[in-house]
Order: sequence, then structure tokens, then C-alpha cells
Amino acid sequence: MTVAVVVFPGSNSDVDAQHAVRVAGANATLVWHKDTDLGDAQAVILPGGFAHGDYLRTGAIARFSPIMNAVRDFADRGGPVLGICNGFQILLEAGLLPGAMVRNRDIKFVSRLVPVRVDQVDTPFTSACRQGQVLHLPIAHGEGNYTADADTMAALEANRQVIFRYVDADGQPCEAGNPNGSARNIAGICNATRNVVGLMPHPERACEAALGSADGLAVLSSLVHGLGVSSSR
Amino acid sequence: MSVIDAAVLERHGLKLDEYARILELMGREPNLLELGLFSVMWSEHCSYKSSRVHLKTLPTTGPRVVQGPGENAGAVDIGDGLCAVFKIESHNHPSFIEPYQGAATGVGGIIRDIFTMGARPIGLLNALRFGSLDTSLARRIFEGVVAGVGGYGNSIGIPTIGGEIVFDAAYAGNPLVNVLCLGTAHRHDIIKGAARGVGNPVFYVGARTGRDGIHGATMASAEFDESSAEKRPAVQVGDPFMEKLLMEACLEVMQTGALVGIQDMGAAGLSCATSEMGSRGGHGMDVDVVHVPQRETDMTPYDIMLSESQERMLMVVHRGREAEVEAVFRKWDLHAVRVGVVTEGDRLRIFDHGTLVADVPNRALTDEAPVYHRPMQRPAWQNDVQQLDLSTLIPITAAAAFDALLTTPTIASKRWAYQQYDHSVGTNTIAQPGLTAAVARVKGTPVGLAVSVDGNGRYAYLNPHRGGMLAVAEAARNVACTGATPIGATNNLNFGNPERPEIMWQFGEAVRGIGDACRALAVPITGGNVSLYNETEGQAIYPTPVLGVLGLLDEADRVCTRTFKQVGDVVMVLGDNLAELGGSEYLAQLHGMVRGDAPALELARERALQQLVIALIGEGRLQSAHDCADGGIAVTLAECTFDSGGIGVTADVPAAGAPGPFQVAATLFGESASRIVVSVTPEQVDAVREAALASGVPLTTVGTTGGHAITIAVAGQPHIHRDVAAAESAWATAIGDRMRRRTPTDAGATE
Repeated sequence: MTVAVVVFPGSNSDVDAQHAVRVAGANATLVWHKDTDLGDAQAVILPGGFAHGDYLRTGAIARFSPIMNAVRDFADRGGPVLGICNGFQILLEAGLLPGAMVRNRDIKFVSRLVPVRVDQVDTPFTSACRQGQVLHLPIAHGEGNYTADADTMAALEANRQVIFRYVDADGQPCEAGNPNGSARNIAGICNATRNVVGLMPHPERACEAALGSADGLAVLSSLVHGLGVSSSR
Repeated sequence: MSVIDAAVLERHGLKLDEYARILELMGREPNLLELGLFSVMWSEHCSYKSSRVHLKTLPTTGPRVVQGPGENAGAVDIGDGLCAVFKIESHNHPSFIEPYQGAATGVGGIIRDIFTMGARPIGLLNALRFGSLDTSLARRIFEGVVAGVGGYGNSIGIPTIGGEIVFDAAYAGNPLVNVLCLGTAHRHDIIKGAARGVGNPVFYVGARTGRDGIHGATMASAEFDESSAEKRPAVQVGDPFMEKLLMEACLEVMQTGALVGIQDMGAAGLSCATSEMGSRGGHGMDVDVVHVPQRETDMTPYDIMLSESQERMLMVVHRGREAEVEAVFRKWDLHAVRVGVVTEGDRLRIFDHGTLVADVPNRALTDEAPVYHRPMQRPAWQNDVQQLDLSTLIPITAAAAFDALLTTPTIASKRWAYQQYDHSVGTNTIAQPGLTAAVARVKGTPVGLAVSVDGNGRYAYLNPHRGGMLAVAEAARNVACTGATPIGATNNLNFGNPERPEIMWQFGEAVRGIGDACRALAVPITGGNVSLYNETEGQAIYPTPVLGVLGLLDEADRVCTRTFKQVGDVVMVLGDNLAELGGSEYLAQLHGMVRGDAPALELARERALQQLVIALIGEGRLQSAHDCADGGIAVTLAECTFDSGGIGVTADVPAAGAPGPFQVAATLFGESASRIVVSVTPEQVDAVREAALASGVPLTTVGTTGGHAITIAVAGQPHIHRDVAAAESAWATAIGDRMRRRTPTDAGATE
């Protein structure tokens, strides 16, 4: 079982994602953005970084990379796709997820470990989590302030598409627990068919206790175990 | 008629006697381009002409040293066929003129030095100095520098894993931005910046050349005055995305084996890269500037050779293997172009559309640059400033001093800054920022690399020799507190104008101190950087030697941090409290006094202390270890409670020093060196005590962990009692609060 990690020029968490998938017990291969084929991958990760430098809007150029057609087809067929940080931004720009990112509330880049609540467990990336489980995950971004129009927001909530929310030390999605100003403390969402998930925190950087948190393993293990079940059917 | 007159020489920062030497080396009058080459290569920044005789006295060899000074970066053996490659470099002058880009391109420059050696960068650290945060100028520079450091490192994806920041009015007109990069490489993959093999092609790759940064190296070799803002065009603009592509492509191309040598174009740009590669390899080089990719029109050979545009590399490729190199760069959408060829002989020849426009012996630009034995003079005020008379001061209660020190920006948490730095990318960062020296694991091995950057300018001002020693000792001690054994060091020497004998004396003394401490602690210097002329309107900074010490941790996941781990542990101080207030943060902040001698340092005792702590951590006997430094033992104890989840401490510190109104202050806030505060479980107390006794390290049990307060007594008399949560909150938010406190003068000052 193999996970494809897409490498855009400027991706900087590609190798981290590959490493974390291996820690979680699966194979991961790096796929160059100019490739047009995902091979026999059973899942796709769009990693963090600054694709093409992000000198335009984050993710705005990466969505035109040749590999993105293959990613779109893969997602349309129901394949699990995870966008982490810049990968999430690219999924938004590519229209695979609704909404948009703007600068963090206080304009500054923010890098720290934050508590994130898992609100929905019926996605390929949260199936091994408990509903309401709080994960401690690093964030590291300048544009992680999620926003969407009122209709989109209502639909996200109605369809239970908000998967992760920033919370405070008591597990509450309040202003004090919101590190970047995201609407409704949204840290991650999924698409209507629930196979495409994007989140700003970095689960792949929190898969070993030595790094300060192993909570991110729950996200990657969800994928690895889920795929393990489906492939053995 | 000669085009070179006194005015031209002055514009090029060249002295008359230096010009005479140029005439002698050339055997004729140089043209303007040739003069430009000499100007940048003989600048203080590139030639080290004032510092070289002193730097030669530093110890640079050792069993682990794979590459000492003279290459793009130093390298030490860390086992398993691997090397740690590291170096520190300053970008002080540009950061004053344009804080964001100055700092960002400083980061970009040091990263290039590391991957140029064939190493993959795994961490960045920085040592920063600013004026008082009570001034809008310092706030603006601080804000811009932090954003620039983060902006570049975050984007390229190399974590910023540690550093230190000091605020003092001495740096108001000359902030310091010293950046260290750490990488790892297989020993056999290390590649050098030498041009060899007559007929081998010379390639240029990376960003196109513009007019930015022309004479940057010369600017960095002069004092500031009122017109310095006009030098903004001499600051370069960084493009971390380009550098990310360059880094990945270069590391990939190195694996092909098609490269002979590679060098980045930093200070003095193409002039430096061509002449240094030629002289290191003992060859000449022909370059035609027509082939150099250009960003602007009508650039002259002078512009092209002296530009300091960022993110450019020069490579010598094995003839016949050009296609392999070109293919890798094409994959990364980079265009490697052939600009020249390695030649027989020793001359750097520059052509423009095939016409010879400069012809200079390589070594005249590099090895034969002037070396000065500049006069040194102990300042007349030195003896006076070392005298400390406390009798005129009005005593302050220890509790009030404690509160004030915790929120003074130099001591307060640097969270406001490091939360703008991505420290988790790369998944190697073991210790969270602020908890200890920076520690990065080396994947595929059990080991970790610990790095600390330290240097107290106030100490070096009061006693430069001791200040140099203390910088080495503190950086090594911080590394030892993680459990790592110091194995190498890099230094960044920030001083004023070396043409003043007093400044040169400070420099010589500090270097002598660094050498003494490095020898005693067995940490060889593998490279570094000198930044002189840190003066504005004739006012020099404190002499500020910054040491970056690298340590090897046998098992990365056994790293020890500063925080108390559980209630009921015994708190001990290893080392002697000599009640020294000279040069302390206490005197400076609470009494506005910078006087006295720097803390005493006995190198043999320092070494015994470090070895003891390393051994105790290795045996798993310590719960926490924290260097006792700025703010003395009171602040150190408080810092052990911060980030611990609110574990308090009750301590009773034996009175030290002479009785009198300042004995309590000297006991609690004195900054005696060679001290480490540790916590141990009750079961380990006897073993720790025996080990300390066996190594001759004084040990004092001062208290226990527990409760929710920081309670500190001196000789049984209570002096400080503060709630941990309140103290931690004040300490954690002090810098952010100051940055939000805008004054009317800030309007328009911040973009």
C-alpha cells in the first residue's frame, strides 16, 4: 500500500510527510508536480511548504501543476486526498475544497503547538480518532485564517464538513483558542463526499514523542488502517 | 590620463598605501574594473585584513575536525560516517538599513554556505542585538529583523531552532544579526570551493544578476553616519523560493559526481567566487560577463562583477559531464549557463563580448590582500569602569528587583519572536524553542546535535579577555546542560572601528580569551565571521563576541531541559556563588549602572562542571539542568518553573559575598559563571552528591520543587514569594506587551 506525496517546487514538508507515513506503517513515494500520473497510489498527500514561492496567493499557481489533473481525477473517484497547510491552501485554490485563506488575524506568521479537536470521525483521516478527541499539533503558517461566504459556511456545518477546530486548553472552540482568526475556529474541513480533507495543522510533524507530540499519528494511522481494511476486502 | 584619483580611491574604500600595493602586485595601473575587484576583495568584510593575525591564534584542530576555517563552512565528525557542517555569519549593517531584507538575506547567505559544502541544512539559530525596546527605532528594527529571519527560513523550510536576543542601548544605532546554520553530510560527500582541471567549464546558476548590493561588502566595512539611509540600494533583496530550488538542485547535482567545486556568490559576488575558487585550486579562470544572466539592461562588467544579487552559485564541472548537470537544473526550472573556463596559471581574466577587460592574479585578490597588525591600546577608561562602588546606590527589595528582571526584555521569554519562526519543519527538532539549547536529531542515527549561541557584550566591554572566555564557556555550558558534549565552535566577532587602537585592543583581548577557553574546553573553532565598523556617529557597540558551540548527544531522545519535572524533587546548585554584581543585568536594569569586572572564570573548574553534568545526564540522574546566567540564581530558579506546568519551588540560598545592603542582591542576582541549577529525584541525591564530590565541583542543595509559588529565601530570611502562574505570565508576555505599546513617533515608522 502506497501513499503518493506530491512535491511542488517550494514544498518543504514533503519528506516529513513521507517519513510520517512510514512511521504510521505504510509506504510513501514522492511524486514530482510535473508528472501526470499517480501510479498505483491508494492515497494522496499534498504537503506543506511554499509552492512556487507563494508570491501570489498561496496555492494559486500550484493548482495548475500537471499532477493536479491526476489528483482531481483521483479525488473524483473517491480516493482519499489530504492537504496539509500549503496543501490545504492548494486544495482550496483548486476548488477541491470550499472557502479560502487570508492572512492570520494579527498579520504575523504563527508557529506553535496548539490543541485541535476532532469533530468528525467519518473521514479516511479521522477514522481512528474519537469524536471530540483533542490532538496537540504544530501549526506554522502566515495565511491560515479560514473564511467562506455565509452559504458555504452554513453548508459546511449542516453537512458536518468541519473536521478539525482549534480549541483552548479546556477543549472549547473559543476566541482564546483561535490562533489565526479562522471563522468558527475551523482548522480543517472535508469535501461533500468526505474523501478530501484539508487542515492547517501539521499532523506529520507530530508522529513521535521525541518531537514533542505523537498525536498526529492518529490522523495518519486512520489512513493507513483504513486502507489496510479496504485492500484486504 | 589616469582615471584613478583620490576621490575614486575613497569611493572604493581603498587607502593610498593599499593602492601602492595594488600597483606593485599588478605591475601597472589598474583600470576601474580591476580597482573595483580589489576594492571588494580587500574590504575588511572579505579580506579579514585587521583580524587575520588574531584569528590565526585560535585553536582550529581536533580529532573530530574534518574542515576548519577557510572553506564555506566548518565540519566535524559525528560518527556513522557523518559530519555536522555549521557556521555563523553576520548581516549587521544591512539589517540596520533595511531590517527585513537585511536579516532575510543574512539567513539566505548562511544557508548557501552550508549546502555549498554538500550538506543538507537542518537548523538555523540567530544571535540578535537591538537597542532598548522603549524606543520606536529599536521596535521597528526588531520587528523587521524577526519577520525577515522567519520569512526566509520558514519559506525555504529550514527550522529556526534556537538563539538569543539582547536589548541594550549600546546597539541602538548598530543592531547585530548573527545567523548560524547547521547541516549534516556524509563525510565523503563534502565538496569544496576550488577550481581544478584546466579546460573544465565554469557554470553560473541561480537568480539573474542585478545592480543590487553593489559594494555591499565595502558598506559593511565602514561606519554609519547620517547618510547611511542613502545606502539602501547596497542592501540585497532575498528570494527564498529561488534558494529552495537552488538548494535542492545543488544537492541533487552533487550526487552525480560531475562537480569539481562549487561556491556561492555572497559578499563581493562574482568577484569573490571566481578569485577564491581559482586561488584555492591553484588555477586561473576566464569568465565572459556576456554569458552572465542579467536582470537589468546596460549593465557594465563592473556592475556584473560587483553585484551582490542573492541566490547565485558558481560551479566548476568535469568537462564532458555538462549535460548531467544541466539536466538536473532543468528539472528544477533553473538554467545553468557556462560563463567561463578553468585555465592554466593563476590569473582571473574577465572578458566582455570576448574583449579582455580585467586581468588580475587571483592570489593578489585573496591570499595577498593586506594584513594589518593594527595598533592596540587599552582604553584609558578601562580601569575606572572596572571599579564598582555600590555605596551610592539606593537598595531595592529583592522582590521588586525580581519582578522587574523577569520582564526586562533581555530576560523575558522570547516567545514573541520564536513563535514567528517555523521550528518544527523537518521533523528533527527535539527540544521546543526556549526550553534548552537547540537540539536536532540526526535521522537514521540515535544521535542529536545541540547548539547554543551566546555572548555577553557587557562582560566584554568591562573585560574583553574574560568576555571572550565567558562567551565560549556559556555556550558550551548551555550545550552541556542538554547532556551533549561540546565538539566544535564557530564565532562571530562584532566590534567597532579597528582603526581605533582601543577597539583593536578589545578585539585582540576577546580573541585571546576565546582561544584560551576553546583550548581549555577542547572545542576547536571551525569557522566564523568578523564584523567590524559597528559604529554610528563615532559611537561603537559593546565589543560582542558571539560563540556558537556545537555538541554531540549520544541519544537524542535523552535530552535534558531546564524545566522542573515533578513535585518533590531536590533542587541543587552546582558551582560557586561568588556574589558578583559586576556587569549584571541587575545593575544595568535597576540601577542604570554598567560597571565592575565581568564574572570570574576558572577554566579548569568550568570544564569539570560541564563534564560532571554531561555524565550525570548520560546516567539519567538529572531531571532538569539550567545554566545560571542573566539575572542570577533567582531568575534561573524562576525559569525552571516556567513551562513546567506550574511546578513551584521553595529555595533557601546561602548568603554569599560581603555583608551589607547589597548582599541579598549579590546572592540572588549576581551572575557568577560556572553554575548550573539541577533538579534530581530524592533517590538520586546521594549519587549526584558523590559524583560532584569526586569531580571537585561544589554542590549546594537549595530547596525542593512543589507548590504553586516561587519562594526564595537567603540564609533563612524570606525575600521572594510569587505565584508561578502570575510570574510566568508576566515573563511570557513582556516583549509582546512592549511591541503593542505604540507611541506617536511610531506612526509612519512601521510599514
